[in-house]
Amino acid sequence: MQIQQLSIFVENKSGRLAEITELIGKAGVDIRAISVADTSDFGILRLIVDKPKEAVEVLRAAHLTVSLTSVIAIGVDDRPGEFAKVLRLLADGGIGVEYMYAFLSRDQGRAYVILRVSESERAMELLREAGVTLLTAEEIAGM
Amino acid sequence: MFFQKEIETMSRPELEALQLERLKRMVDYCYENVPFYHERLKAAGVTGDKIKALSDIQYIPFTTKDDIRDHYPFQMLAQPMKKIVRVHASSGTTGKPTVGAYTKQDLENWSDQVARVAVASGATEDDIFQISFGYGLFTGALGLHYGLEKIGAAVIPASSGNTAKQLMMFRDFGVTGLVATPSYALYLSEMVKESPYPREAYKLRLGLLGSEGCTEEMRDQIEKNLGIFVTDNYGMTELGGPGVSGECEYRCGLHFAEDAFLPEIIDRDTLEQKAPGEAGELVVTTLLREGMPVLRYRTKDITRLNYEPCRCGRTHVRMDKVMGRTDDMMIIKGVNVFPSQIESALVGMEGIGPHYQLVLRRHNFMDNLEVKVELINAALLESYGELETLQRRVHDRLKSVLGLETKVTLVEPKSLERFQGKAKRILDLRGEPGAKE
Repeated sequence: MQIQQLSIFVENKSGRLAEITELIGKAGVDIRAISVADTSDFGILRLIVDKPKEAVEVLRAAHLTVSLTSVIAIGVDDRPGEFAKVLRLLADGGIGVEYMYAFLSRDQGRAYVILRVSESERAMELLREAGVTLLTAEEIAGM
Repeated sequence: MFFQKEIETMSRPELEALQLERLKRMVDYCYENVPFYHERLKAAGVTGDKIKALSDIQYIPFTTKDDIRDHYPFQMLAQPMKKIVRVHASSGTTGKPTVGAYTKQDLENWSDQVARVAVASGATEDDIFQISFGYGLFTGALGLHYGLEKIGAAVIPASSGNTAKQLMMFRDFGVTGLVATPSYALYLSEMVKESPYPREAYKLRLGLLGSEGCTEEMRDQIEKNLGIFVTDNYGMTELGGPGVSGECEYRCGLHFAEDAFLPEIIDRDTLEQKAPGEAGELVVTTLLREGMPVLRYRTKDITRLNYEPCRCGRTHVRMDKVMGRTDDMMIIKGVNVFPSQIESALVGMEGIGPHYQLVLRRHNFMDNLEVKVELINAALLESYGELETLQRRVHDRLKSVLGLETKVTLVEPKSLERFQGKAKRILDLRGEPGAKE
């Protein structure tokens, strides 16, 4: 199943990221994975959290532009070449990766990657058939 | 040196008698030929024979930019199209430009007035002038073009842009005079300084700058960079273009072409005439224009008039450099920009909010306008591509409305200041030394 990712519009101002993460922290929301990319003027902060709905509420209340996007979270063995296999699978299936970012968990020997792809449903089917672990929202929240 | 010495050095009593005679004639001319003025003058009960002294001008109603815009494009004309030989227009506010129409005689008078400004600055028939104003509907380029030809100078209609080529023409054509906006002249002067050619490769000696304000500091910098003598001149589309006033060699104010324009200074609140030497809004009546005469046009420019005799021998009144505006018009790279234009371009655009802020900076001696808008559409956060597309759409829309390049910055919602009452949406950092990009 797909999980919910927060995308937050952030101006390039020093301290802005601190302010946003503080807001989330105060609301008791735990961050699982984070990615930020920027142009010279602005950035998009992408977050995977344990309680996406609460996070959205607190951010919107602070007048931030936030959207919820469905993404795929996968777990692979932390060994050379493992993640490449996943990407090869998607590439051969003609599925494009729009963006992705990796994160760690307390489990030893496992690596996790958030993927945003062109065709989520088909990608998940392909990955499932190949035996790749797909994480659920509950699993993410419980990490 | 003078171009029309008899007129330029006429004694004040003679000049005022000439103005009075022309004013009376102009009032009747407007009454008879322009329906708008017919109504206005009739309602005010003013006719030429009621004007007994120049001070009676105060009984004539004012003309505003809105009046001209409301009669777009040709309803302010006093002559039929068959008598009109040229049409110019201003850069356009909220979509509708301000039009100016000229008869053959108007063009003749106009080039005389520009010729006077050129000669007053020291230009002669030996000069080679490069006109680096943008050619087109804008009055500046063609105004200076014909004025300089009239004094017998050679004119190179370079237009603006392509700096390398501008410099090449300076050198190859032996250009001695430059016509440009002060900011563009400053930019060119820096480029000349940095060019690999020695100063001797450039014959430049004069700069006739106009169409936007030029501070003393800017002028000093241009003069230092190029080793030239720079004078300032003033005009506007509503009054026919450049040539309305210009500096002489002593540069102690801009001599008004008083035989053709009657200037007054009014208090912008009470609308009463101010005493000579007091600052206020400049109001101008055209005394000679046939195609599109205007009576008591409110320029919205704040200045002062100095009737003291000038060392150069000219008797025509001198106006100070414009000190400010009574409205929120900005002049960016010589283009008139009203915040209302930007507002009308932004309102209704998908993805952004209705609030905006304008930040003006000067970088490399060129004006830069940054437009900050709030991103409100969260759906665009899917990808940078979409946000960049939005930025480009806003940029393109502004470009088509203003004719200017802008830098569009997306900011967070509710992050721009909200105003109660009159909004202050403009941050003009052009005067600040450290304000660079």
